[in-house]
Amino acid sequence: MKRNTRFATAAAGVVALVAVAGCSSGSGTTAQSSAVPTLTGDCAQYQPYAGHSGSTVTMFGSILSPESDSLNTSWAAFSKCTGIKIQYTGSNTFESDLPVKVNGGNAPNLAIIPQPGLLSQMVQTGTVKKPPADTVANEANWNAAWKGYGSVNGTFYAAPMSANMKSLVWYSPKYFADNGYTVPTTWADMMSLSAKMASKMTGAVKPWCGGIGSGTASGWPATDWLEEAVLGSFGGQVYDDWISHKVTFSSPQIQQAMKIVVDWMQNPAWVNGGYGDVKTIATTTFQNAGLPILKNQCGMLQQASFYEAQWPKGTKVGPDGAVFAFKLPAVNPSIVTPVEGGGEFVTAFASDPATQAVQNYLSSPQWAESRIKVAPGWVSANEKVDQSLYTDPIDKISAKYLADPKATFRFDASDAMPAAVGSGAEWKAMVDWFGSGKSSLDVAKETDAAWPTK
Amino acid sequence: MATAYLLMASSTAGQAATTLLGVIEAVGGFIAILVIVFFVAGRATGRLQKPIAVVICLGPALFLVTLGLIIPAITTINNSLKNQQFLGQLDTQYIGFKNYTYAFTDPTTQQTILRTVLWLLIVPAAAVAVGLLVALLVDRMKYSSIPKTMIFLPTAISFVGAAVIWSYVYNYVTPSQPQTGLLSEIVMKLGWSNPPNWLITAPTNTFLEMVIMIWIQAGFAMVVLGAALKAIPDEVIESARLDGAEGFTLFRTVQIPMIRNTLVVVLTTVMITTLKVFDIVFTINNGNFDTDVLARQMYADMFVTSQVSRGSALAVILFLAVTPLVFYNIRQLRRERETR
Repeated sequence: MKRNTRFATAAAGVVALVAVAGCSSGSGTTAQSSAVPTLTGDCAQYQPYAGHSGSTVTMFGSILSPESDSLNTSWAAFSKCTGIKIQYTGSNTFESDLPVKVNGGNAPNLAIIPQPGLLSQMVQTGTVKKPPADTVANEANWNAAWKGYGSVNGTFYAAPMSANMKSLVWYSPKYFADNGYTVPTTWADMMSLSAKMASKMTGAVKPWCGGIGSGTASGWPATDWLEEAVLGSFGGQVYDDWISHKVTFSSPQIQQAMKIVVDWMQNPAWVNGGYGDVKTIATTTFQNAGLPILKNQCGMLQQASFYEAQWPKGTKVGPDGAVFAFKLPAVNPSIVTPVEGGGEFVTAFASDPATQAVQNYLSSPQWAESRIKVAPGWVSANEKVDQSLYTDPIDKISAKYLADPKATFRFDASDAMPAAVGSGAEWKAMVDWFGSGKSSLDVAKETDAAWPTK
Repeated sequence: MATAYLLMASSTAGQAATTLLGVIEAVGGFIAILVIVFFVAGRATGRLQKPIAVVICLGPALFLVTLGLIIPAITTINNSLKNQQFLGQLDTQYIGFKNYTYAFTDPTTQQTILRTVLWLLIVPAAAVAVGLLVALLVDRMKYSSIPKTMIFLPTAISFVGAAVIWSYVYNYVTPSQPQTGLLSEIVMKLGWSNPPNWLITAPTNTFLEMVIMIWIQAGFAMVVLGAALKAIPDEVIESARLDGAEGFTLFRTVQIPMIRNTLVVVLTTVMITTLKVFDIVFTINNGNFDTDVLARQMYADMFVTSQVSRGSALAVILFLAVTPLVFYNIRQLRRERETR
């Protein structure tokens, strides 16, 4: 039975190929014969993208409903005016699906890739198309670091789409006010605040809580802690060298950063609020990690802006709400506003005019603003975007730092490292570091050993 | 024809129709080819008749084995000799046996291999021992179907399901809180005030995961061995009793030798399953906390961490390890059939 279906699908694939071939040649002829139509009224703003009516652009990403519904709404007007249909498909196993699709000659027109490491892999298969001139021009609206993460070996391939802010610390404004604590603005302040909290707390109540359990991705939240410590202590250059393995996990700088994490998130007097000892960080899921804050059992949680979605329905988020977040201060005050973030990159596997029109549109501040208006919980690092459009307090604070041209912005290092380390050995090492009490040096050596050899 | 497809491709319903049409065409074509082949074969006479019949009968099976087994095996072996990291990588090179050297020298992979060997030594022996013991105990019981069903039931549960069930049993909560894990609750009632966090404490966690596998496999062993025990002719047992053999002596000198072949087949079958263990380890800890086994690391290398060649080398090692067991198993099965 299975064999038959496979055979049939293969045959259907051939048929579909024929149909697609017919389709693309058809749209090609229309584009040549008819002049670009002039769009009027509300549609006038989409004039630069006009002239490809009737084409369909396929898009593949890891974004699922309801977020993907917001995406579809955000480009609905664009589709209506230009006649370009964007067909988005989301998958929760995107990272392993995309290579299979591309390898099987079944690549989407556009893919929304959240890891620079995966982008680099895709480029090395020789299937990624270079972006059109307008997308390259739009790229100037982002902090220079972003262009680097959308490039492979110095060639720019993919423009950023959304961005998320990792350098945040979640806390309860009410709990802070009741106990007379103030939001720390330096690392030293944060450490002395933690010590002060710890001296007043008893039992399972601790200043910090954390959880790095995340199914097959267990360990990733701890990579963020280490990345914050590296970026905040040594700045962008060491951080970049770390990603390219010029600085190894065993080198003195990273070892020093690991020491900072040990004194902070592996400090038995400071963690794990609401859950137990240090080891429970390894078994607590990242989704549950911050919930003790609501029960006054935990003071603070370091976690990205997207943690906002984990608070139970009805939890008020904001300076006057049940929870809010402050910017994680730099370990070393001489590093100017270190900001660690993540995001997605729009990667093209096709270079037809309709795909390029969509690429140009998605890299414009116009589209980002359209998306922001649809629903909160989405931030662009595009510096041209009107910041007053953000309604959600976490979006506001994230956008403020992500679109700050002076900030030392760096992408999540584990996403930029080769997958063997960034989504393999390092995750495992972090789990061992917290769960099995392995030493920092052992953990570092294990991770270095997994670095792929050329 | 192409225009028809073009028109239909414009809508989702049209796409579905296109696919459906494609399926119908493919199946139709397949049937047409079969009809022609059988027609030609039926017409053939004389010298060609036998070779044609052989090709037609053997052809499809051979084709599918080649497509589904031989070609992937060759591809995997080929990949294991390269430095390929991800699917579709362009600049791959042959690097000889470096991936194999890595598998046997990298400390993490070494431990993984050793742990898999440990699984192989403990689980089949324990599962067969438990199965045999239960088979003997319930052999002459009055309502033997009840305990037999209870023991056999886990065999019907998927490995993932079993792992989820047992992860609740092994669940850890700080001793001061109300306990939700059965194991912690039991040992605390027995007076162990501060039990470890079972699933993250190595090497305990590996053994606890083995228990799950034994739980699943014991039922299978019990049923097959029980049947073999029942198949021993009563006269043999009776004459042994007349000769003075009782209890353990009877078991050791008469029953065991009589079911020896079945015992070996059950043991090797459980061994093969154990060598391929993946689901339990994957579900419980994803191979973290020193519980990784060969099959899980292979999966991670191939599909998660982009180390296709290293993963392929592990796959080949696993394949080579299973092969002798499979051969031995088939030979024993044949021998057993001959004796019947």
